[in-house]
Amino acid sequence: MTKLTDLTMTDALSGLTTKKWSASELVTAHIEAVEKARGLNAFITETPDLALKQAKESDARYASHAALAMDGLPIAIKDLYCTKGVRTTAASHILDRFVPTYESTVSQKLLDVGCVTLGKVNLDEFAMGSGGTSSFFGPTLSPWSGTDPAKAARPFVPGGSSSGSAAAVSARLAMAATGTDTGGSIRQPASFTGIVGIKPTYGRCSRWGIVAYASSLDQAGPMTRSVADAALMLKHMAGFDPKDSTSVDKDVPDYSSALGTSVKGLKIGIPHEYRIPGLNKEVDDFWQKSAAMLRDAGAEIVDIHLPHTPYSLPVYYIIAMGEASSNLARYDGVRYGLRVTGDNLNNMYENTRGQGFGQEVQRRIMMGTYVLSAGYYDAYYLKAQKVRRCIRNDFDSALSKVDAILVPTSPSTAFALGEKQEDPLQMYLEDVFTVPLNLAGLPGISVPVGLAANGLPLGVQLIGRAFDEMTLFKLAAALEKAAAFNSKPPFTA
Amino acid sequence: MSIVQGTTGAWEMVIGLEVHAQVISKSKLFSGASTEFGAAPNAQVSLVDAGFPGMLPVINGVCVEQAVRTGLGLKAQINLVSVFDRKNYFYADLPQGYQISQFKQPIVGKGEILLDLADGSSRLVGITRLHLEQDAGKSMHDQSPNETFVDLNRAGVALMEIVSEPDMRSGEEAGAYLKKLRAILRYLGTCDGNMEEGSMRCDVNLSMRRVGDTKLGTRCEIKNVNSIRFVQQAIEYESHRQVEVLESGGIIKQETRLWDTSKGITRSMRSKEEAHDYRYFPDPDLLPLKFEASWVEAIKATLPELPDDKKARFIKDYHLTPYDAAVLVAERASADFYEKVVKGRDGKLTANWVTGEFFGALNRLGQTIETSSISAEALGGLIDLISDQTLSGRLAKEVFEEMVLSGKPAAQIVDEKGLKQVTDTGAIEAAIDAILAAHADKVIEYKSGKDKLFGFFVGQVMKSTGGKANPAVLNELLKKKLAP
Repeated sequence: MTKLTDLTMTDALSGLTTKKWSASELVTAHIEAVEKARGLNAFITETPDLALKQAKESDARYASHAALAMDGLPIAIKDLYCTKGVRTTAASHILDRFVPTYESTVSQKLLDVGCVTLGKVNLDEFAMGSGGTSSFFGPTLSPWSGTDPAKAARPFVPGGSSSGSAAAVSARLAMAATGTDTGGSIRQPASFTGIVGIKPTYGRCSRWGIVAYASSLDQAGPMTRSVADAALMLKHMAGFDPKDSTSVDKDVPDYSSALGTSVKGLKIGIPHEYRIPGLNKEVDDFWQKSAAMLRDAGAEIVDIHLPHTPYSLPVYYIIAMGEASSNLARYDGVRYGLRVTGDNLNNMYENTRGQGFGQEVQRRIMMGTYVLSAGYYDAYYLKAQKVRRCIRNDFDSALSKVDAILVPTSPSTAFALGEKQEDPLQMYLEDVFTVPLNLAGLPGISVPVGLAANGLPLGVQLIGRAFDEMTLFKLAAALEKAAAFNSKPPFTA
Repeated sequence: MSIVQGTTGAWEMVIGLEVHAQVISKSKLFSGASTEFGAAPNAQVSLVDAGFPGMLPVINGVCVEQAVRTGLGLKAQINLVSVFDRKNYFYADLPQGYQISQFKQPIVGKGEILLDLADGSSRLVGITRLHLEQDAGKSMHDQSPNETFVDLNRAGVALMEIVSEPDMRSGEEAGAYLKKLRAILRYLGTCDGNMEEGSMRCDVNLSMRRVGDTKLGTRCEIKNVNSIRFVQQAIEYESHRQVEVLESGGIIKQETRLWDTSKGITRSMRSKEEAHDYRYFPDPDLLPLKFEASWVEAIKATLPELPDDKKARFIKDYHLTPYDAAVLVAERASADFYEKVVKGRDGKLTANWVTGEFFGALNRLGQTIETSSISAEALGGLIDLISDQTLSGRLAKEVFEEMVLSGKPAAQIVDEKGLKQVTDTGAIEAAIDAILAAHADKVIEYKSGKDKLFGFFVGQVMKSTGGKANPAVLNELLKKKLAP
């Protein structure tokens, strides 16, 4: 018998249509999986009752031949998306009892095509982190444990910030999950957990109703177990939203139609600057292997240069933290969320924000405040914006010669819980390969290509032209086919 | 220029004004919530205004158009690209923790405004810039002994901050600036200019320097001066305070001061060292604001005639003095009223009646042109009776008072009261003859050189005709009769 939680979305949909299984059966299997996998701490808020109700409605639609595009598919929502009537915490104490009266545009779009929501999944607090470890609700654990006996004692992280999304999808708790990606928060956890994650072009998905981290970088995107599922999800997440001034009014193509089409003649750039000193040998090998697979599929591999790449990380952290320091000012205890009283208004702010925000969030607010301060603004924030322009120009000129760029997703496989915790800089280095395209606003997809010697998955990343997700899906599908990655984590529910 | 005489010499004021003018628009600058004044607290607050998680601002095109209109009215440079910045600070009535404003690239650049001064002269004051920004909410500290209440109805309402150059030299000029700016805003329909309701608010920047100096002194910013009278009082107080400090060997510290209405003084609010670091940076939620020159031209084509042009036209077409013209154009309603009355009538005579008796009556009765019991037609009817010599000026004033009381047309009052001026030369001649006969002695005195008695005869004839004799006719006939 088919294990319902192992299905991809596309397979599940055809089974629903042919009545092999009902939405209620599919959803129930996933609710049970969620319950069994609580040890991963993937969910902050489970909504089984809501899911079953939605499943019943879905079954009714199937019965009356009025099924929607993704009817009955159970998904998980990163707890950064505001969900109407369902607690939305951003994994922070400051919002741990916040129940929005509104639904984010992207999650609403998924509900509108029949998706069933299993609940809200864990993340780094306010999406600030690369390990899934800074959540107020505790770290998310990866279902992968690796084969290194020296590290067997400690669980691995699923990456971050979309840690719960990655853990839930790879452990078969949800068929797909929404993520957000500010500097790699979709792609890096996808790589760590052996799944597919795409950060679309900035402006492709609405940011309305998603708790903001760094507004000029934040983008919503899907995390799935196949490229086809990612194409399906993104189609129903993307689109212009008049409520988000930075969303772009462009038609959303049918990404699925790109799958399986030939990549013959497409030019793939390999940027010299990503071969950083001390690059992990295995990461390099997988990178080369992936290039070879695409070459074998008919693509042409070209060496390119992205000269400003070395500045990406500092530029990213200056801009992201500057914006974050301002975006998080609204959590002041006045209107909603946690309030810790004080003798006067300033005291109340200090108590509320001091107790409401975790260490990493406070660190970023302080650094962000610093880079925007009078006397430092020009040296940091303004300079960073100028370099950001150079980085964007690098990509523009490279992508005028090639159709996509292939790079590693992360500098290593997943690290163990507790590693990189003491030194925040070590954690920031995790983002070295993912942040440049956020700065450039370009789309990037991480595809799993294999297991490293330590038994942990590794992915590679394809970067495309703005609003050319079609080419990315085409290449990703070819890579997925060639790599034939089908390893499952040791733990699945 | 008004000079402050100190003990060591004469000092000159240097004044610049920052005006916050609430934009007339149905909804707020970045949300769809209503802007209507007087709603119950927090009845007009959207999720965006209250700074809820994930909420994003969307620019209200009407507010942009209003800012451009105002810029055009101030003969200012309109910037086709401008940028919204975040001004970051914490306060309970600032829900987002920042105010969306325009810092480096405002929507409107340099412009000018022509002041009409009391002596009829004019003076040009530079406008530095105009930018769009959000208003904050209102903190209420007087509702409870140990709590502060916050009303967010005003939070997010569009304001235009209009900054002048430090071109003014007296409280009178500052007052004239505010009056003229208010008039322009009202003509344009971009702000109602109501300082009592807070839809127009003013901060004063003031420094002093010795007469003849060209270098600017250190300035203080005075906040919360919310009427033209208070602006003038605050300038008066602050200029003397600064001179006293300077003359006693002290220095003026750059600081923000608060105008205390009840005490009539300014007091220190915060020094430069305590000033906020607003950490301005471009708002990443909003794209730069861009529009086409053709759009600006289209708005320009819809601008009404503004006070300066109207004043010039009144002087030219109706032969008014600059002073009368300035008084009439100060409010669009009075200018419109004047133009209705003056149609087919004498410009000067009409101006005298509109600015004199009519405005006097409005003031006395607490009425406005809109609520006045005397219409333009009614006032015109009265002026016609003066022009055709039915009424003398004195009689006309009597009739006007009756019009104010009864609301009846002038002609009807004249008929009913028999106030019609006598212009029939026969009747006046008979009255003159009777008076001259009764005062033969005085006639002899007059003829022997006592000219002053002419007035006596006029008075007697007027008395005998009940004041109705046409003064011009009477004068002429009397002169003839008394001629040697």
